[in-house]
Amino acid sequence: MGLAQTYELWRELMLQGDASWWQEFFVRFYQAFLENNRWQQYLEGVGTTLLVTAMALILGVVLGVVVAMVRTAHDQQRPGQRNFLLGVINFICKVYVTVIRGTPMMVQILIMGLVIFASSRNFTMVGTLTLGINSGAYVAEIIRGGLMSLDPGQMEAGRSLGLNYLDTMRFIVIPQAFKAILPALGNEFIILLKDTSMISVIGGQELIYFARNILNRTFDAMFPLVGSACIYLVLVLIFTWLQGKLERRLRQSDRR
Amino acid sequence: MIDVKNLSKSFGDNLVLDHIDQHIYPGEKVVVIGPSGSGKSTFLRCLNLLEIPTAGTITFDGVEVTDPKADIDKIRQQMGMVFQHFNLFPNMTIRKNITLAPVQTKLMSQAEADDTATTLLKRVGLTEKADAYPAQLSGGQKQRIAIVRALAMKPKLMLFDEPTSALDPEMVGEVLEVMKELAVGGMTMVVVTHEMGFAREVGSRVLFMDEGHVMEEGKPEDIFSRPQNPRLQEFLSKVLH
Ligand SMILES: Nc1ncnc2c1ncn2[C@@H]1O[C@H](COP(=O)(O)OP(=O)(O)O)[C@@H](O)[C@H]1O
Ligand SMILES: [Mg+2]
Repeated sequence: MGLAQTYELWRELMLQGDASWWQEFFVRFYQAFLENNRWQQYLEGVGTTLLVTAMALILGVVLGVVVAMVRTAHDQQRPGQRNFLLGVINFICKVYVTVIRGTPMMVQILIMGLVIFASSRNFTMVGTLTLGINSGAYVAEIIRGGLMSLDPGQMEAGRSLGLNYLDTMRFIVIPQAFKAILPALGNEFIILLKDTSMISVIGGQELIYFARNILNRTFDAMFPLVGSACIYLVLVLIFTWLQGKLERRLRQSDRR
Repeated sequence: MIDVKNLSKSFGDNLVLDHIDQHIYPGEKVVVIGPSGSGKSTFLRCLNLLEIPTAGTITFDGVEVTDPKADIDKIRQQMGMVFQHFNLFPNMTIRKNITLAPVQTKLMSQAEADDTATTLLKRVGLTEKADAYPAQLSGGQKQRIAIVRALAMKPKLMLFDEPTSALDPEMVGEVLEVMKELAVGGMTMVVVTHEMGFAREVGSRVLFMDEGHVMEEGKPEDIFSRPQNPRLQEFLSKVLH
């Protein structure tokens, strides 16, 4: 007897109220994941989730690096020699970080989807853009903190050897700052991965979007939602493991 | 070798160096002493432009360092600097610490730089630490490496800012020993230090700084045996007990 036939049989039992708990469990599981090859929808959702995460991450890191550079350059100016243009750009960056960090992600997604890009039909793209802009503000603060935490003596030592600013950044400052911020950056990445679920409120077609479609068809909330939760958990565990490996490799130089 | 004219530096309203004129000749070992906060570090850091002077000019080997168009990286390549807190690069092995600058500034190929590192490490007795990371070294070892790292650029002049002040007492000797050898080898040196024994033994000229001025200067025997300035007398009575 195949799975499909078993399902039909037990579903009858269930409708008559005669099914045991494990038969009902199977029926609901089958409906949530196997019927009409629904697992393909989850797979597609996971694919979109990962793609949205990756694109938002790239946008977030680019924005974060730029904003962190502007703010660090501005703060490192010598008193009395402040550059006006840099001051203006720094002010814009500050407003950006303040607004993003001061308002809920959900509100940002709704405003982007229903106000700013109200006419756009590409909901996933609008959602990705929002996530990237949001993440950029947090990444900027993480990078800025990393650069500020580094002993200024490192930059001075590099420059005193005759290395130029860029080489000193490249070989000395950035590798150390990167190592220092990696845990926070990993954390931000994980938050981003989970926050992709919110773009479904404006029609972004990631994992939760499909899960909700399925629950609307089968009238069963538990299996699609708990199933999605498990998928997120597995993804997060995989990335946490990878991050741990990377951190262990970078910690090589701390051996005593 | 270095000509300092009318050098002033202030941080905000705080005038830290007040019209300093100095000339440092090739082969000289100038030792700078003075109370904390008197501007010794600032003076040293102005020489390689880690601090930008507020006024005055500094000329190094005929090149005006303070000229905004000067190639400061080129100039710094010829002036080594050793810091109080070593400032080794913790993310690199000792060998990489030493070879990074010579290779990146195209002074040497990687192979030449590696040879230089090996030779220098041998000179300070730390050959076996080449592949260690700074975190695995003692303070005295770190400072000897910092000196070697600066020497790898084959500088014409070495600046030392209290190189032994952050060390445990038992490690001071090994660092001073390396500096003495360097002095005997003919290196031009400017050393800020509280090690009066070193000043007396190695210095060819001692500068006493106080409140942004060079209050008194002269041969070590004069400075230490016949101090003229009352501030210097007071300072020496404190540091020599
Ligand atoms: N980056 C800086 N910003 C502001 N003030 C500084 C800075 N560096 C040094 N100073 C001030 O300059 C004075 C001289 O400092 P410094 O040259 O370090 O003295 P020393 O090395 O003789 O102890 C001190 O009063 C110190 O507070
Ligand atoms: Mg000092």
